[in-house]
Amino acid sequence: MVRRRFAAAGALVAAAALVLSGCANQSGSGPAQTSAAPAPAQPNNAVLPAGDGQGRCAPGTSIAYVGTLAGQNAALGQAIANATELAVNQHNQANPGCQVTLVKADSGGTPDTAVGPTQAVINNQAVLGIVGLPFSGESKAVGPALNAAGLVNITPSATNPGLTQNGWTTFFRGLGNDAVQGPAAAKWMQQKFTPQSICVIKDDSDYGIGLAQAVTQALGPQVAACQGDVKTNQKEFSATVGQVQQANPQAIFYAGYYTEASPLIQQLRDAGVQTPFVAPDGVKDEQFVVNAAGSANGSFLTCPCVPQEGFTAFTQAYQQAYNTPPQTYSAEAYDAATILLQGIDKGANSRPALLNFVKSYNGQGLTKKFQWQPNGELTDTPVYVYRVDGDKIVTDSPITG
Amino acid sequence: MFLDRFWANTINGLSYGSIYALVALGYTLVYGVLQLINFAHSEIFVIGVFGVYFTFLALGFQPGQTPNVPLAGIIANLVLAGAVGMILAGVAAVILERVAYRPLRKRNAPRLAFLITAIGASFVIQQIFRITRGSNPEGTIRLLPPEPLFRIFGAPVTNLQVIIILAALALFVIADSFVNRTRLGRGVRAVAQDPATATLMGVNRERVIMITFLLGGLLAGAAALFYLMTIPQGAVFNGGFLLGIKAFAAAVLGGIGNLRGALLGGLILGIAENYGQSLFGGDWRDVVAFVLLVGVLMFRPTGILGESLGKARV
Repeated sequence: MVRRRFAAAGALVAAAALVLSGCANQSGSGPAQTSAAPAPAQPNNAVLPAGDGQGRCAPGTSIAYVGTLAGQNAALGQAIANATELAVNQHNQANPGCQVTLVKADSGGTPDTAVGPTQAVINNQAVLGIVGLPFSGESKAVGPALNAAGLVNITPSATNPGLTQNGWTTFFRGLGNDAVQGPAAAKWMQQKFTPQSICVIKDDSDYGIGLAQAVTQALGPQVAACQGDVKTNQKEFSATVGQVQQANPQAIFYAGYYTEASPLIQQLRDAGVQTPFVAPDGVKDEQFVVNAAGSANGSFLTCPCVPQEGFTAFTQAYQQAYNTPPQTYSAEAYDAATILLQGIDKGANSRPALLNFVKSYNGQGLTKKFQWQPNGELTDTPVYVYRVDGDKIVTDSPITG
Repeated sequence: MFLDRFWANTINGLSYGSIYALVALGYTLVYGVLQLINFAHSEIFVIGVFGVYFTFLALGFQPGQTPNVPLAGIIANLVLAGAVGMILAGVAAVILERVAYRPLRKRNAPRLAFLITAIGASFVIQQIFRITRGSNPEGTIRLLPPEPLFRIFGAPVTNLQVIIILAALALFVIADSFVNRTRLGRGVRAVAQDPATATLMGVNRERVIMITFLLGGLLAGAAALFYLMTIPQGAVFNGGFLLGIKAFAAAVLGGIGNLRGALLGGLILGIAENYGQSLFGGDWRDVVAFVLLVGVLMFRPTGILGESLGKARV
């Protein structure tokens, strides 16, 4: 009897753990790496972290990176943290009168782990601005606290459209959101494949769900009749593979992250499904290519990020510092950090001052022109298509219109 | 959709269920002997996965494309990697028992203390992998790409699935006859049935416990090889979490403490969740698995075959 009760209790614990893990999905958007074709060169008037070298600020002045460093989908966060660090280092080297400290806080990448580290950064009064958070789910979780603290944060990669609809005055998005990326991806697929049918497969993150919705809407219910669901951390996709085989679409759009995308595409290709595979920025990372072991070849990746290979000064400095080329969103993070550093150089010595500086900012970055609407969305939001070519992610084309 | 995919789902379920079953045997063995739910068993499995993975690396395979090696070489490499994985997992299970459970047993700790220790040990091992290997999956190394060998009612059966199902069954038969037919196995059953009397009869209880953990670890190591063959992206610190819970559920489903129950439970769970996701969609997979568990436990609280490692029935 004791045994039986005990086993039942164990089953309950197990079930609870499963439910909890199911809820702990991350949200947000992703990273990657590129080369070749129609990549823009560095704009002549791009503002760089070094500024004019005349920056003056109080010793100890800090900006922070808050985002995943070791948690879920960490490769995305590391690429952002590195670029932020590079910007700060270049700034400090060029501006002897203003030495800015970079505080790095590991959010763990999920809504339930992000709040504590973010609060610690809020409590550190030396921090005037944040680059981050990278993912949408965690951004949603910490938004109210950052807003209450009046601490400006520029996300280089969180693309869930809802983030700018909360009335937060401190949240700024350094790239196009999924309401831009989704329809752009849909439009591109329509031009490329003239499809009768596309399977839209989504994971269970805020990011995946929002993006799948945007894509489905843009494609129309007829074309996107085939809808699949996968779960965060799922590794076995025979049901999804079967579903795709049944529907026999002209293309597959996967709304999610690279962790699940790699085994998914491998299992699709193993089963003989050769349908073109299109995925968003959350999949655009070298990890996707490596972990899919050859199966990723020929996949298309859409991203509101701008190809970086044309920004040679930046890519070389990054390569030198981190022994790897910049990844998805490195350039966006570099731009975001540059804007914060500009503000500090120009005398914004408090959180409200830096917030105002960002609000009224209007300048060219590496990736695009930065000027925000009152809700924190950019006015200019380019989307690009990338392609997996062998074991590399290369630039395919910009999505125009 | 469901009917079209019925046989494909059954075969996939059997092959994935075999992996559940092998891991479930570890839960069931330990539970049968100690009435302890060894939640750290999922991490023993992960140790096996990394053991297999590092053997691949040591054999000179690189992440990325599938290597071009003749079949005999592939099999030799797989067997070697599997052996390393099994030994590592087996040794790890024995060490875990020594470090985490034996001190508690010496002090006659209450059963809850064991359970909490098991969960704690599970986290410790998991975080060691996370800190040392990071949270990205290890680069994919796949020695044997799946290729359909033959068809059952139109559903392709791949070489991987054949290997996994047959090898898992063989391992099960070996484990089952070890417990039921050998002298050491008799000791295991004796301790499971009545530790005090078994000790009086000259059975060395500590040794039996060690053997039980070793056997469970070896089987988990074998499961690790099959898992990595099926899911080459599986070498990641938290890769054992969901699988461990499922395997535990499989053990309870079949009747925890019962070896044949673990096998049956694993296979049923594997098949059921494949049917489930085919019927209701991919995100219902885990729901179906656990609803099935709850449903069975409602009518047969001791699982399908009952709890019986220590009873005469086995």
